[in-house]
Amino acid sequence: MTSSTNDIRVHVTGALQAAVLRPAEIEGRTRIVQDLGLDSLAVMNLMMALEDHYDVSIPLDRVAEIVTVDDLVRAVTQLTQNERA
Amino acid sequence: MSILSKFEHLAQTYDRLGPVDSNPLKVTFDRILSSTEGLVNGRQTILFGTNNYLGLTFDEGCIEQSVKAVRSFGTGTTGSRVANGSYSGHRDLELSLADFYGRRHGMVFSTGYQANLSMLSTLAGHGDHLILDSDSHASIYDGARLGHAEVIRFRHNDADDLHKRLRRLKDHPGSKLIVVEGIYSMLGDSAPLVEIAQVKREMDAYLLVDEAHSMGVLGKTGRGLSESAGVEADVDFIVGTFSKSLGSVGGFCVSDIEGFEVLRVACRPYMFTASLPPGVIASTQEALRRLIQDGGLRVRLRDNAERLYHGLSRLGFHVGPQASPIVSVTVDDNETAVRFWNLLLQGGLYVNLALPPATPTNKPLLRASISAAHTPRQIDTALALFADIGQRLGVLPVPAEKSPVAMVA
Repeated sequence: MTSSTNDIRVHVTGALQAAVLRPAEIEGRTRIVQDLGLDSLAVMNLMMALEDHYDVSIPLDRVAEIVTVDDLVRAVTQLTQNERA
Repeated sequence: MSILSKFEHLAQTYDRLGPVDSNPLKVTFDRILSSTEGLVNGRQTILFGTNNYLGLTFDEGCIEQSVKAVRSFGTGTTGSRVANGSYSGHRDLELSLADFYGRRHGMVFSTGYQANLSMLSTLAGHGDHLILDSDSHASIYDGARLGHAEVIRFRHNDADDLHKRLRRLKDHPGSKLIVVEGIYSMLGDSAPLVEIAQVKREMDAYLLVDEAHSMGVLGKTGRGLSESAGVEADVDFIVGTFSKSLGSVGGFCVSDIEGFEVLRVACRPYMFTASLPPGVIASTQEALRRLIQDGGLRVRLRDNAERLYHGLSRLGFHVGPQASPIVSVTVDDNETAVRFWNLLLQGGLYVNLALPPATPTNKPLLRASISAAHTPRQIDTALALFADIGQRLGVLPVPAEKSPVAMVA
């Protein structure tokens, strides 16, 4: 997988849009739970769909640190880069 | 700003469930009359939320052994086994458990929660990987957090997803430990252990099965899902509890692994906890003997489980994916679930209420656990109550003519 950070941002934003099921303004600093109102099950399903798409596993300690869209994009970017390294 | 301010949200949820006499989280049993009946708010109540699968909490032999042990060894051990030494009962019970499972080693813990906390945090260390089913019990998640391994979860009961996760780790050094449960405590479903064992072999991982809810329930001799799936040889560690089918409290792990005994000085939750009191050890030992000798208990349990599961399913309730001693009814919203739970209790039936996020589907569950000690009549009473209240609250459609079941209630 050779996605750039920008590609990942576009994909993650699209996945979040689909998960909230209503048009929402999603920016880098948007908080996934507080601002978008996703429940824990929706967040887990979203994470797992992203893990499938990028063929990575996000460890639970990293999941715990993800609050904003930027955090999520950063985690996925780093994990995909580690895979390539 | 109090140190407890961060829990305000939780406190609101807790209080919204109602005043003391109708709050599911504050229920108190004034007396326990038998393994299936108690007194709640002065009312005789059938207990369908105890995990007392074999109904052994009032077994004469278990009580007798427990009383004898208290008289001979006292009420407590007043310390940990590493610091204060073990009593003969601890070692005897470990030998009995190892023998029952056909393993070389056994270790007893003070609770089932601590068995998972101990084993997970200690077995998988820095540089190792824990791969957990996403619906794992809190004790598994907490054990994972206490240790230093990297923790990854796979989709519930999805052996292909597990395979994918292990494939991504194939170039990582360090041990990989897969953790699954024999019966999942919320919906009563079992892990697809044959497929999981196959992945474990192919990917050269270790496998730990928590048989907390399946011990004494599944398998020809009651050894759990590992036995019923025929993959005991692939399971490196079996963890279990005494607070379900054995009717007391405590936990254990059995294994064939070389060097197991070192865990006694490596598991911090084991080392720094007071050991189980003699009375508990003695009743557990006797309950294990009953579990082994009385296969009829499992037959009655299975019959009862099917009666309740198929009964609720036929009424039109949304139940879990398979019949097991845990039968959960999904309700759409918390408010209806709390009302349903209260009406059941007022009708003389106690079940557990599980609310999201503690439920796997993010919907509230009315969770019933069945026992070999329940009579068919008690189960039919429960079914009639469920039917009546389900219709009154609109969880079930109201039939054109009142059904005989509803009239009984």
